[in-house]
Amino acid sequence: MFTNTKRHAAGREVLAVPEGGTVPVEAPTSSATAVRRRRRRVPGIAHSVLVFLGLLVLWQAVVKMFDVSNILVPTPTAVADSLVDGFQDGTLLTHSIVTLKEILIGFGIAVGSALVSAVLITQFRTVERVLFPLLILTQTIPKVAMAPLLIVWFGIGISSKVLTVALIAFFPLLINAILGFRSAAHEQVEMLRSFGASRMQVMRHLQIPSALPHIFAGLEVAVILSVTGAVVAEFVGSSEGLGYLIQASNFTLDVARTFAVIVVLSAVGIALHAVVVRLGKWLVFWTATPTDTAGGI
Amino acid sequence: MPTSTDTDFVIRLDSLSMLYPTKSGGTVQALDDVSLSVRAGEFISIVGPSGCGKSTLLRIIMGLSRQTSGQVTFGPSDDSHRNQLGMVFQQPLLLPWRTVRKNLLTSPDLHHARDAATHAKADELLVMLGLEEFGDRYPNELSGGMQQRVGIGRALMHDPRILLMDEPFGALDAMTRDQMGLDLLRIWDQDRKTVLFVTHSIPEAVLLADRVVVMTPRPGRLADVVEVALPRPRRLENINTPEFGEIVLKIRKLLDSEHSAH
Repeated sequence: MFTNTKRHAAGREVLAVPEGGTVPVEAPTSSATAVRRRRRRVPGIAHSVLVFLGLLVLWQAVVKMFDVSNILVPTPTAVADSLVDGFQDGTLLTHSIVTLKEILIGFGIAVGSALVSAVLITQFRTVERVLFPLLILTQTIPKVAMAPLLIVWFGIGISSKVLTVALIAFFPLLINAILGFRSAAHEQVEMLRSFGASRMQVMRHLQIPSALPHIFAGLEVAVILSVTGAVVAEFVGSSEGLGYLIQASNFTLDVARTFAVIVVLSAVGIALHAVVVRLGKWLVFWTATPTDTAGGI
Repeated sequence: MPTSTDTDFVIRLDSLSMLYPTKSGGTVQALDDVSLSVRAGEFISIVGPSGCGKSTLLRIIMGLSRQTSGQVTFGPSDDSHRNQLGMVFQQPLLLPWRTVRKNLLTSPDLHHARDAATHAKADELLVMLGLEEFGDRYPNELSGGMQQRVGIGRALMHDPRILLMDEPFGALDAMTRDQMGLDLLRIWDQDRKTVLFVTHSIPEAVLLADRVVVMTPRPGRLADVVEVALPRPRRLENINTPEFGEIVLKIRKLLDSEHSAH
């Protein structure tokens, strides 16, 4: 997560530069601030990397010095070896692909259904009155507790995992999307109405774009939850996937492999999160641009 | 002073009243029996304390609210009045994901009428508003005054006959505000649209208008309509003339007497 937020911030900077380039009057100031920001940020990243490496060295040293059993805690080098082995014999890759597939399909279903529900809830009063209390009620159920039931109903194949992922990712998305569709100021709606905009046009020209920042905030949370959902569902009952691999390696006391799978899982999480953040920055460009500029004019 | 029997009106309000239901179950009277006749090309300022229903009045004329009783008539040819009206709000209310040019094109886009002519009109407006270098910028790159100019340009885009302005400079600092008032007069002078300008600044109202409509608070009634017989074009120096001071004082007294009567 740490490196992730850094990347996030760096992405904003990359975006700011070409924007400054398109507006000649502004170019000098915005590129100047970008340079200043970069100067401040580089040591920050360097420090985190150094601390991280330091912790790894410390970990290695403690395990070696106190001769900790590798069944309890393996050394970082043992984890690295297991990681390399796992990818060389194809185990990690095949199981990763299975889990990634579950995550992507489940996440896709969650996104689709959450957006459709949010539109219906915000556009139709009756739907809101009937559905919203029920949704709030079901939201109090810990979704992971549903995983065993879903395995019973849909078997140990991919569908039970996909549904667990969808279920766990659905709520944060739905809540954020509802907030988003409602976020357009009443005055903005009246402004469009004063130009004769229809309800659909208000939706298209105002409510959907205003919802995007909120939707992307929801997507960022949901994509990480999706990874959790897939692993939990695999724990409960499966014959493949990274969650299955963790259980299998735990069973054979191959703790180095367990750690290796955790590394892969966090890499998957970071990569998916980064894709969402990048897409968000690109689509929701107007909240990323700095609000300074031509004040004097 | 024109009465409601005039035939050369552009907008005529007949006994407009507006009641709002309150949360506690009662009603609040925002407007009470407001009648006014506005001639073509007239610049009317509407002043009054907060809550006197001046915004409600504009909203009813615009069709954003429906009056409880009374009538709004557009003349002389009362066809499809929406196209005749352009509204400027207190906030610029620009769409932040659209460039300045595309914000100007909001109305043609809604009516699927964007063509070469509307683009030319947008360019013309950018020049007129002093924003020709900012057409491809986004609203958050502009100052408050510039954003409000875009808001005015957006209302002028479809060339309405009547411009409704609801405290358009209320959110601006004093210096920008004076400048914007003069800019507005310059723009208005080009084709003399009918303007209804709501404000709570008495000097601003007098500086801009041909007539100042003075309203009383709760219920919003017309206290008086004050003629401003100052020569045009108006300048900021007008504010320091005795004639100007007299009109301002007259309006202030009207507001004060109404205030103490409550």
